[in-house]
Amino acid sequence: MIFDYIEIFILTFCEQLITKEEGLVLYEDMILGRFFEDMCAQMYYRGKMFGFVHLYNGQEAVSTGFIKFLKKEDYVVSTYRDHVHALSKGVPAREVMSELFGKATGCCRGQGGSMHMFSKQHNLLGGFAFIGEGIPVATGAAFSSKYRREVLKEPGADEVTLAFFGDGTCNNGQFYECLNMAALWKLPIVFVVENNLWAIGMSHLRATSDPQIWKKGPAFGMPGIHVDGMDVLKVREVAKEAIERARRGEGPTLVECETYRFRGHSLADPDELRDPESVSSLAAEKAHYAGRDPITALKKYLFDNKLASEQELKAIDKKIEELLDEAVEFADESPLPPRSQLLENVFADPKGFGIGPDGKYRCEDPKFTQGTAHV
Amino acid sequence: MLRAIRHKNILPAFSAFRAFSSSAKEMTVREALNSALDEEMSADPKVFLMGEEVGEYQGAYKITKGLLDKYGPERVLDTPITEAGFTGIGVGAAYYGLRPVVEFMTFNFSMQAIDHIINSAAKSNYMSAGQISVPIVFRGPNGAAAGVGAQHSQCYAAWYASCPGLKVLSPYSSEDARGLLKAAIRDPDPVVFLENELLYGESFPVSAEVLDSSFCLPIGKAKIEREGKDVTITAFSKMVGYALKAAEILAKEGISAEVINLRSIRPLDRSTINASVRKTNRLVTVEEGFPQHGVGAEICTSVIEESFGYLDAPVERIAGADVPMPYAANLERMAVPQVEDIVRAAKRACYRSVPLAATA
Repeated sequence: MIFDYIEIFILTFCEQLITKEEGLVLYEDMILGRFFEDMCAQMYYRGKMFGFVHLYNGQEAVSTGFIKFLKKEDYVVSTYRDHVHALSKGVPAREVMSELFGKATGCCRGQGGSMHMFSKQHNLLGGFAFIGEGIPVATGAAFSSKYRREVLKEPGADEVTLAFFGDGTCNNGQFYECLNMAALWKLPIVFVVENNLWAIGMSHLRATSDPQIWKKGPAFGMPGIHVDGMDVLKVREVAKEAIERARRGEGPTLVECETYRFRGHSLADPDELRDPESVSSLAAEKAHYAGRDPITALKKYLFDNKLASEQELKAIDKKIEELLDEAVEFADESPLPPRSQLLENVFADPKGFGIGPDGKYRCEDPKFTQGTAHV
Repeated sequence: MLRAIRHKNILPAFSAFRAFSSSAKEMTVREALNSALDEEMSADPKVFLMGEEVGEYQGAYKITKGLLDKYGPERVLDTPITEAGFTGIGVGAAYYGLRPVVEFMTFNFSMQAIDHIINSAAKSNYMSAGQISVPIVFRGPNGAAAGVGAQHSQCYAAWYASCPGLKVLSPYSSEDARGLLKAAIRDPDPVVFLENELLYGESFPVSAEVLDSSFCLPIGKAKIEREGKDVTITAFSKMVGYALKAAEILAKEGISAEVINLRSIRPLDRSTINASVRKTNRLVTVEEGFPQHGVGAEICTSVIEESFGYLDAPVERIAGADVPMPYAANLERMAVPQVEDIVRAAKRACYRSVPLAATA
């Protein structure tokens, strides 16, 4: 297996790696991610969105490169920086926007928020605020597809799980526990590290004894691959191999995508530690990555290889802008969740609220959700 | 409804006194849990076990004995020592409709996994607005064992019971163990199932109804183990046994104590507790865990909120000592409630106010 223990550089000079249709799909998905996140920033500063909002600008190649290879039944688990993973997986932009506004029409009816995007229909399992928390859950989802195939003997249960997380997470205990168990039980999972070099203000180099994360894969018996995360075509090649490996039942892969986030950690982060005015080496870093914007790179590729024209791409830009304007309008006009929603969905079986003073289950009282949360 | 089974004597397994007709069988709590797991695993192929030493070692406390041979290594998984990792894996598997039963060797070790129990299991149904439910059971011994020291002896009932989204159960007898574990496995929500290591070897009489494979106890209903009219004593897990012994001693002194086996810490059966207090007018809460913010504190508040006018004496709260568990045997005895403490508390509750008539 040529991946094992070697870094891979894929040269994309003159080869046609994608067709025109695929190219346009990739472009549209990345533009949707970028414009959506820019719209989030606007809405946040206008006060329509609140709390913690973490934007994905600059990292779109990783999300698009990986998720566009998945089937609808495959699972994606993400972190708090999950808006674009949700969009790539197919959750409609209007539902994500409403969720961010905290409205009842959001994908989680306003109960999750920016950091907790769940969609059963699109197999997006969240949205976890604690870093490293999503990795065992993703490993469990991969376990469930293996269990259904081998123990319950369901034909066609070959879903692959993708776990997205960052460089900071790679120092967390749960990451190592799951690398071990995924390799031990040969689970169909791909661990995708979005190494954007910064964990809030902590540089990856200051926090990690050996900063080359891909090396940690072979230590547990799985291939570890490093890829340029600013180039969607390179990410796609690696994603294809890793996902098909998992689907064949050959086990997990660790993929480190070197990428960069153009904005701060969250909209509340003044991003001082990455301020080029205080640290001059950072000016070079920011300029370097700004020059490698994945969308500009893909555009250049499409033009150079005559796969798309200026007008076609502008038409896509316009379409996405209109989609987002409509999404914001939809979210604005949607109602806030009703009072009765406060007590709903704590339990799948609401008898968990116990027995009322009349001796009957509280949830059977028709006025149950009209009261306060005191039970 | 089951007949209220009166325990006149709680005797250890080696001297099996039969106080009932020959149709009642005796079963240890260990056998009860093992048979419950066995039956649920055979009824539903989606149920699987996960934990340290549950397979080849037959279970750290032999609760899962024989299950590896019967169901194979794909359904009885020996895990590495990775509580956070395998608990999260259980939650992820439960998201997709499998029904994991995750064993913690003791609930003290669950602190390494508490992020997953609370944040990804308990809160997921709410955060996803009902799209994703987590039908998982976390089980294992809880509370003090004998001489195991501070880091192996804490009771976690209060911690888990304060979290919305979890159901917390604590059985006492074999009937409780069987019925509640089966209910927990069938339940679509995360359940924390707090057993007690010292009860595993104790044997209790079980009726034919309990032995039936579809036997299940409702979650959220407490059981009145012994009826009485002078003072209510609430307890769960091992303390129920102590409370029953205390009730025997009190009966000889003319105080008729009503002993309530809580069975379910969350949701707490406030209506049974309040109905009992309205009858007896006095309350003693017993638990093994630390006193501050404990189960007894919640019961006391519930009674004050709903039945204040009925109380004839302040609520007495018996809990473990407010110290990490010491190792020396005599100190450990002082740090855990004993039968004499319960008797003293009940008497304080009964004599603090002057009774209108002599207690019968």
